[in-house]
Amino acid sequence: MEFKDYYKIMGVARDATQDEIKRAYRQLARKYHPDVSKSPDAEARFKELGEAYAVLKDLEKRAAYDQLGSNWKAGQDFRPPPGSNGGFEFSGSGAGMDERDFSDFFESIFGRSEGHAQRSRATHHARGQDHHARVQIDLEDAYTGATRAITLQAPEMDEQGRVHMKKHTLNVTIPRGIRAGQHIRLAGQGMPGVGQGSAGDLYLEVEFRPHPRYRVEQRDVYFDLRIAPWEAALGASVEVPTPGAAVEVKIPAGAAAGRKLRLKGRGIPGSTPGDFYVVLQIALPPADTEAARTFYNGMAEQFKSFDPRSTPGA
Amino acid sequence: MTNGRMLPHVSATILEEQVGLSLSEVSRACAVHAEMIVELVNEGVLAPDGREPHRWRFTGVHVRRATVALRLQRDLGLNLAGAALALELLDEVEALRAQLRAMGASRE
Repeated sequence: MEFKDYYKIMGVARDATQDEIKRAYRQLARKYHPDVSKSPDAEARFKELGEAYAVLKDLEKRAAYDQLGSNWKAGQDFRPPPGSNGGFEFSGSGAGMDERDFSDFFESIFGRSEGHAQRSRATHHARGQDHHARVQIDLEDAYTGATRAITLQAPEMDEQGRVHMKKHTLNVTIPRGIRAGQHIRLAGQGMPGVGQGSAGDLYLEVEFRPHPRYRVEQRDVYFDLRIAPWEAALGASVEVPTPGAAVEVKIPAGAAAGRKLRLKGRGIPGSTPGDFYVVLQIALPPADTEAARTFYNGMAEQFKSFDPRSTPGA
Repeated sequence: MTNGRMLPHVSATILEEQVGLSLSEVSRACAVHAEMIVELVNEGVLAPDGREPHRWRFTGVHVRRATVALRLQRDLGLNLAGAALALELLDEVEALRAQLRAMGASRE
């Protein structure tokens, strides 16, 4: 397993005071909190940070970690020292985070925490914890609905009361009309409850895979349509591929580049469906032959009084 | 031991589109006591329909907001007012980002 340099993760020196460690944690936690940061690795960074802080803020754990010596480098192959036998003993855990998310490296030193009796969020009805995960879907899935097999890892207790990670796969129905940033709730698919408590729920945050053709804003979908100058000038009827179906769109005569044509209700479906916007882009034929150049010159001659820099409409 | 080819099939609801949730349903969804949700309402983080707590009706968007507020409080050591402020600023950043994207899209 990989050695984790907790000091480096927190950006503090090996002889940092407990106050310095706390300060560094608070600062980095604000920066990488998954609800605050948009960076794709925020969640991983935040988890790593929580693990580092859980060790360094605790004097006993920090001392045990320091005993490994300072010669280890992050990412180096780590084998727990002989005789440590699955970990040191510790009084109280006190980590604010869920230790079940911590790395193998953490477990090899400190053992696996079981029970979590100290968790204050274990409420009166001892309902299982909710699980959160992210799922990427295609925009087309939001138009039609889809089924996705999703693999999750969750800790599970065996007959001997030992906890180990178990993978399980679920077939999840992605409801039609879902939008990026929304959450799919799967009742009862979170952590099992304690005693008579019911299981927690599973929440999947939905993300659209970047689409080569479409941009999505909330319910609305945007599509850049390239048209020829004569189509823009004279008007035309053009076939536009919306995610649902191909649609005939009328380009009005004299259409300017950047103009948006709205196809009402052709965005992401739902009780209030979004709209589909066709954004016009005018594509120029290249002037790469003698005939084409002559033609453009002829145009220049023909439209002598046309000044593209004058304010339109003035 | 394995699930074989027959995967358990789970149907799903969209959290944000749930409506008419009661105070106790929201507290259960957020795994906190009802008082905590009442405090979030008093702080102005959540604005449910209905006047008295037992008539309050929340939506899934409220559940989502409450979850984020509670997480920010817990993970960053914020108090309620601090979490409320952070949420408002996050909303503002999100609105600005959306504007920026829209402008970028129309300029292309």
